[in-house]
Amino acid sequence: MRRLARERIAPRAAEVDRTAEFPWDNKELLASQDILALPFPEAYGGLGADLLTVCLAIEALSEACATTGLILAVHVLAAMPIITRGTDEQRQRWLPDLAAGKTLISFAITESDAGSDAGSIAMRATRNGDEYILDGAKRFITQGSVADLVVVFAVSDPDARRHQNLSCFVVETNRPGFSVGRLEHKMGIRGSPTAELLFDAVRIPADNRIGAEGEGFAIAMSTFERSRPGIAAQAVGIAQGALDFAAHYATERIQFGKPIAEKQMVQALLADMDATTEAARQLLYAACAAIEAGDGDAARWAAVCKLVAGDAAMRVTTDAVQVLGGYGYLEEFPVERMMRDAKITQLYEGTQQIQRLVVARSLLARS
Amino acid sequence: MRIVVLVKPVPDTTGQERLGPDLRVDRANVPAVVNANDEYAIEAALKLVEAAGEGDVTLLTMAPVAAPETLRKALAMGAQRAFLVSDPILAGSDTVTTVHVLAAALQRIEHDLVLAGADTSDGGAGVVAAGVAYRAGLPYLSYAARIEPHADRVTVHRLSPVGYDVIESALPAVVVATQALGEPRYPSLKGIMSARSKEIVTWSLADLGLAEGALAGELGGAQATTRVVSAVAPPPRAATRVVRETAQVAGSQVVEFLVERRLI
Repeated sequence: MRRLARERIAPRAAEVDRTAEFPWDNKELLASQDILALPFPEAYGGLGADLLTVCLAIEALSEACATTGLILAVHVLAAMPIITRGTDEQRQRWLPDLAAGKTLISFAITESDAGSDAGSIAMRATRNGDEYILDGAKRFITQGSVADLVVVFAVSDPDARRHQNLSCFVVETNRPGFSVGRLEHKMGIRGSPTAELLFDAVRIPADNRIGAEGEGFAIAMSTFERSRPGIAAQAVGIAQGALDFAAHYATERIQFGKPIAEKQMVQALLADMDATTEAARQLLYAACAAIEAGDGDAARWAAVCKLVAGDAAMRVTTDAVQVLGGYGYLEEFPVERMMRDAKITQLYEGTQQIQRLVVARSLLARS
Repeated sequence: MRIVVLVKPVPDTTGQERLGPDLRVDRANVPAVVNANDEYAIEAALKLVEAAGEGDVTLLTMAPVAAPETLRKALAMGAQRAFLVSDPILAGSDTVTTVHVLAAALQRIEHDLVLAGADTSDGGAGVVAAGVAYRAGLPYLSYAARIEPHADRVTVHRLSPVGYDVIESALPAVVVATQALGEPRYPSLKGIMSARSKEIVTWSLADLGLAEGALAGELGGAQATTRVVSAVAPPPRAATRVVRETAQVAGSQVVEFLVERRLI
């Protein structure tokens, strides 16, 4: 994985960022090397890897290119409802092609007025015989414009109580009425298209529903327990990539007649970056082990590791730019890209504030 | 198509290599990798088997007992099994011993074709494949840029200074692979996982029947026909001139530089 990231993915990272084009070649590479097969059960052509292994892969890819690491992270996130809650027939229908990397899947919960407050989703799913009719719009959908399948959360029972009115559906993106609206212009992860998805009376068979009616919110929340560590892994990878570059740069950059790495103020910056990254990494690994072992407080583990790793990535990449000085601010060097990429890890899959909310709720429930 | 690929674990050339007191590379303290030229041979073998739709690829190596870890990396590319000849007597062997041992081992493995890398990044002699062919009584086709097996013969495009020669021989034969055959593949994750359970058979000299007979006492490091007399570190690189100009200006500056030194 590291060799692949170093030899094939790192050299493309700057171009992917500059052109803001989805790196189809990297996606094909991940597919051909079975990396996209990692999270899927062996019975469906996957490798049946545990959460830690998946996170190690996301981390290694993200060290070189956060956009490419995100391809795997989104694949895991969006397929999770099918893997954990799909019927055997549904798994058989969708998982083999996803495991082979022939199809991509994205996860559509967010709407323009339903971000952190996922309970306020407006999109409707109306039952009509053996079908549902989907109407509404999703926004900020990572890889929404390149996916073959979209996991959609919509209100199936407007009269039900909050958090019990949502259902989860798999929508094939070639269905009539589905279209991609605007693509966002973003600060970072620029090669990963963030799309607005429009649903104009999109008809899907009722057996595209994952889980029971009204279980949508619960499915989404349990998905985050296994997907937030993936974002923490992306954050740790970004931080490590920035640290490695800054440390190497410090040994080569001569000022006052010596490499700046010999200056204690630079050493202190680098040491803090290393300690911060390692702390985030070890928390992530511990969280993966606890979640995989069925810890009753998986939501807390997922939230704490994403919270700590996201902040670590932001701090470490900011300091990496500092180590490079003015050069760090230039796009000729990768650390400014890493700093822009790092910011998203504090925002998506729940902002850092939402992570704190989850942690506090769990903490106070035990107190 | 049953193909045997001769491979060798070599020290990873990361710049961390150190010499031991015997002036040989301290292999115990340097991570080993599959010799890069051998990876081209493995890739070529895998492509031939894939194109034929049948057959398998077997790795053969003479190496220290720690070799299986390195062999697993090569097995992860897709080879089916590996044979490792390892014996304490073989430490410090020269190419003569290597040729005898690999030729003897080859007799015990069914094969239609033998592939090898052009040379190794540590020893660099580049004679083992030719020696094995000679000892095994097989045709030897070197520097292959293209390999086309037929029912009972093989056609090879052999690189030459002016292009390539088309040469042909009966099978089985020994063919030396070159980079022109194509980039080695990255091991896939499924390949890496399945390599864990692939068979690696270890043979001693006795297993090969070499502990007795005509070659007994003739093999191994103690019998090496070459020895390391001295080792000298390469001189530090002289001051480098870096040209940072536009292509047009840089081009003429490079030409001037070479003309000044009468290099062109």
